[in-house]
Amino acid sequence: MDLKLRDEDLAFQAEVRAFIDEYWPEDVREARSTATRFEESNRHPPEVRRWIDALNERGWAVPNWPQEWGGTDWTPTQKYLWDRETALAECPQLSAFGARMLAPVLYTWGTPEQKETFLPRIREERMIWCQGYSEPGAGSDLAALATRAVRDGDDFVVNGTKIWTSGAHVADWMFCLVRTDGAGKKQEGISFLLIDMKSPGITVNPIYILGGIHSVNEVELKDVRVPAKNLVGEENKGWTYAKGLLTHERTGIAGVARSQMQLRRLKRIAAETGVDGATLWDDADFRRRVDELEIDLEALSMTELRVLAQVEQGGAPGPESSILKIRGTEISQAIASMQIEAFGYYGMAYPDQTLIDNEGPIGHPFVAPALKGMLYGRASSIFGGSNEIQKNIISKAVLGL
Amino acid sequence: MDFSLSDEQTMLKDSIERFVQNDYDFDTRRKVVALEEGFSRDNWKQFAELGWLAVPFSEEDGGFGGGAVELMLVMEQIGRGLVVEPYLPSVVLAGGLLKHAGSAAQKESHLAALVDGSKLGAFAFAEPQSRFNLADVAVTAKQDGDGWVLDGHKSVVLGAPSADFLVVSARTSGDQRDADGITLFLVDADTAGLSRRDYPTVDALRASEVKLEGVKVGAEAVLGEVGKALPVIEQVIDEATLAVGCEAVGGMEVLYKATVEYSKQRVQFGQPIGKFQVLQHRMVDMFMEYEQSKSLMFMAAMRMDEGYGTEAKKAVSAFKVQVGKSGRFVGQQAVQLHGGMGMTEELSVGHYFKRLTMIDTLFGNVDHHLKRYGSL
Repeated sequence: MDLKLRDEDLAFQAEVRAFIDEYWPEDVREARSTATRFEESNRHPPEVRRWIDALNERGWAVPNWPQEWGGTDWTPTQKYLWDRETALAECPQLSAFGARMLAPVLYTWGTPEQKETFLPRIREERMIWCQGYSEPGAGSDLAALATRAVRDGDDFVVNGTKIWTSGAHVADWMFCLVRTDGAGKKQEGISFLLIDMKSPGITVNPIYILGGIHSVNEVELKDVRVPAKNLVGEENKGWTYAKGLLTHERTGIAGVARSQMQLRRLKRIAAETGVDGATLWDDADFRRRVDELEIDLEALSMTELRVLAQVEQGGAPGPESSILKIRGTEISQAIASMQIEAFGYYGMAYPDQTLIDNEGPIGHPFVAPALKGMLYGRASSIFGGSNEIQKNIISKAVLGL
Repeated sequence: MDFSLSDEQTMLKDSIERFVQNDYDFDTRRKVVALEEGFSRDNWKQFAELGWLAVPFSEEDGGFGGGAVELMLVMEQIGRGLVVEPYLPSVVLAGGLLKHAGSAAQKESHLAALVDGSKLGAFAFAEPQSRFNLADVAVTAKQDGDGWVLDGHKSVVLGAPSADFLVVSARTSGDQRDADGITLFLVDADTAGLSRRDYPTVDALRASEVKLEGVKVGAEAVLGEVGKALPVIEQVIDEATLAVGCEAVGGMEVLYKATVEYSKQRVQFGQPIGKFQVLQHRMVDMFMEYEQSKSLMFMAAMRMDEGYGTEAKKAVSAFKVQVGKSGRFVGQQAVQLHGGMGMTEELSVGHYFKRLTMIDTLFGNVDHHLKRYGSL
């Protein structure tokens, strides 16, 4: 066991930093760090497009994919360094639904045609995906989903309602869990379909969440015809694929590197907030709480490295990824709360207004992004399988209870 | 020892409770928040007619003669309804300062108008650098003939966008964080040199950044004694801290009950989620946090009514520590247990969560009040 970075890792780190400095430079970073609008269109601003194109050119867009589809041969250490460096520099990420969640399902279970059609476009971020999982009656109990798909000639005809669908209003396609067989156990009889969002019969209704943010939707599907070639894997085996995908989603939600960035930001806010002639960072009570959070995060970061090393040896992350999801969201929520606390009274200033009147921020420039992050972040312990469900998974699958 | 309410107190509580239940449901509140001023002038008139604006003032001042317990009864209901009308800034803060420090003439010109609802006031005390230190005052007031000239920046002044006058704390002598040398001034909102930048807060209130540039006021604008305002500011902020704590207790009650109700309705895995023990225990914890907060609320209100001194200050800080922790927990868990629904603008749960989160930092967070408690 050895924690020291080897010479080749340090060289890799330097290479990554140089790449970031060129394609995601300091000035772009600063300008975007105080932006608070969630992307409302599937067209990226030019600086993001430039970053994604550069990634593809360099072959770094999807480090975790198999090499034949554009992945890298990086070691777990290198992947860790990549995640950390890009998160600290707040580099844009490829849409997680495509690159992190759907892609592993496709390159594992997809048909050659599906791989050829979708993987390159996902890698180049030219096709935005959303995830049709939850339904009004199937949240934590996802397997209770009731959206029906009935075979009719060369098509499936889909009817039902999906809810909490992130980005459905900007997505080109949706990967969707549908019921193809109503008999037997509820986990059996679920299939995994790829649906073009332009298909007739799809209605997307916005749901506004705290802070007035529009990121999730209700998606109604009425007699939507989906070509049978868009079925992934075998009919009625969708639950297996969905579960595999969710472990990837959970690892992503842990957001260790993102929390490291937010923790660094919290320290910066504290250092820039005056208290009695000194700063909040000089306040022993505040500092103790930040240090505690940092230790929690260090532990999680090591846990993540252990999971990654395991993946390297044996494939997909196991049920241990639930630890990452639970602790990762607890930590990111705690950091977000402390950012708001750090602002004192200014933590109340509602972000949108500061954008409307263009007179600059009210209070610290990070108030607006922090407030949006704090509010939106409450969802992280709910989506991707609530933290209560994650504990059920650990108790059942790991502890055998 | 007696925890029961008098007949008069019960009547007061019932009348506000009825208003919140019948005239301030969540849809009505949504419409009120969307009004240009962010609250309803009609409601304010009704509050005045029903005597609620008179609650914390003595009968000589045209008030109801209520104390901290009466204020508690009002604020708890305000918390239950997430009422956005400016009771805290106008009645508790501006009114409180006039009550404790106002001359007979000032009470006549300003306090009477607050009580009958014809004027609104606000208290500009916080500054960009002051955080929770009430003595950290960089806004200056310099003598100018008989009057004074005020300069500086006051931040996050709740209720300022609609206020007819502001009470402004300013430094008339000493260094920036000296306890001595702070003076209160009554400043009309339309005084030359006073400018505001108004904005909504995340919990649907309204606030302003207030800039004072060569603002001239007469000698009659001085509220209380020159240079000796800190004790009265501290007292009024303690009253306001008690008030928002009571609001939080009202909000927590709504949230734990709503969560229990939801857990009986929402079916997953073939049964109401309230049947799952892990959620049952969570809701028991929410309930206990609410009850513990309520206990300290009673203690703080009764200590304040015994007379304002160390015991009262300690009780208020203890209450605020409890409310800060409990409010966060109850708010977060209510959202968590409501799942995606708890995250929506449509449901009230998330709005209570936002208010509870803001109350945690308002007038000092947990760290601040723990320190104060220990130092008293």
